[in-house]
Amino acid sequence: MNVTIVDYNSGNISSVINSFKEVAKDKVNIEVTSDLNKIKSSDKVVLPGQGSFKSCVDALNNINGLVDTLNEFAVSNKKPLLGICVGLQMFADIGYEETETKGLGWISGKVSKIDNQNGKFKLPHIGWNEINITKNSKIFNNIENKSHMYFVHSYEFVPEDKNVISATTDYSSNIVCSVEKENIFGTQFHPEKSDKIGLKIIDNFINL
Amino acid sequence: MLKNRIIPCLDVKNGRVVKGINFVDLQDAGDPVEQAKIYSDGGADEICFLDITASNENRDTIYDVVEKTSKKCFVPLTVGGGVRSVDDINKLLNCGADKVSINTAAVQNSEVVAESSKKFGSQCIVVAIDAKKNADKWEIFTHGGRNNTGIDAIEFASKMESSGAGELLVTSMDRDGTQVGYDIELMSKISSKVNIPVIASGGVGNLDHLVDGIKLGNASAVLAASIFHYGKHSVKEAKEYLDSKGIPVRI
Repeated sequence: MNVTIVDYNSGNISSVINSFKEVAKDKVNIEVTSDLNKIKSSDKVVLPGQGSFKSCVDALNNINGLVDTLNEFAVSNKKPLLGICVGLQMFADIGYEETETKGLGWISGKVSKIDNQNGKFKLPHIGWNEINITKNSKIFNNIENKSHMYFVHSYEFVPEDKNVISATTDYSSNIVCSVEKENIFGTQFHPEKSDKIGLKIIDNFINL
Repeated sequence: MLKNRIIPCLDVKNGRVVKGINFVDLQDAGDPVEQAKIYSDGGADEICFLDITASNENRDTIYDVVEKTSKKCFVPLTVGGGVRSVDDINKLLNCGADKVSINTAAVQNSEVVAESSKKFGSQCIVVAIDAKKNADKWEIFTHGGRNNTGIDAIEFASKMESSGAGELLVTSMDRDGTQVGYDIELMSKISSKVNIPVIASGGVGNLDHLVDGIKLGNASAVLAASIFHYGKHSVKEAKEYLDSKGIPVRI
């Protein structure tokens, strides 16, 4: 099996690579590439993302044909895709970080700044927070409710259809931190930085 | 609920741990990779390396350490010490660091903070503020605490927030190494001034100091070196103690 981590200059992805390689060992081949043919032929795709919504969307668009290839992979062919952090946020129709920017539009909704209640809550939301699992997502197989995951973000994904939400976390408000829509999975937290429990989520995705 | 973080810090010089954990069963007590792994297995919420390599020819040793550690530890790794430029930050991130802390360079030129947070995201830019009390204010020190800049630490904290820092690592130079506790007044003044998380550092001698850093200093995270290094307390003990005092921690 081939799992491709999309390398599109979205910032630091070495931790994502390390964690997937740790879980995959020699059983699964982990590719790190922006090569369209390799993405097309892979079994699963991971879409990481760091920095701002705008910078990640711009970086995707900078690689000719990448968005079309991802659309074909995830929307037409319905193959499993995992978005992490801004990778998940880009599923939305629109994001408001820096400036209004169009997302991939895979899951209807918007990405807006977390309401910090007039400075009562620090932003970014950094650190370990518990997740409330709200539906039986395949990537949460053998993951206990209220497990701790590592978060770093100031913006949140607000999907229109609440049925796609698979987990939330409590901060200044109840924040969507994981979604599942058919073959499309996303986590706002960083499984690659969430210790053994995070590696288990990666393992679940690889073994889908 | 977001948990308060406990961050053990390892001083690394020429690729070796200077003040290390005093564990008898360690195969190589000076190996930062092995020590970081012990911390992460013990429940550390993040790991911090402070590179105190003085000579330029040995500077590259930290990259090797970071690369090896990031393949074994799957909690966030912060690396600081000697970070001068956007290029240095890029190299550390590529080796597997999740965050980079900038000290002297941020004071000399805040553009480094602005440029790097724009380029890599503010989530990976930590500004390290070393401050010392002088009369009724705190002044910023650079170059590992050797140079007094006269800059007001609280105003500087605010400036770094506007420049794009994701977190502030605040060290009291008066308290560092004394084991008498954090400078609570400094921590709480900075924490109430900025809206980004503050990591308290410098002076921890016992577990109550960690409690004070969070409860009185309003720090989001507490960093300590010696109490963990010399086996006085494990990270697990620290967490259980904080928990018993009603502080939310990841256990």
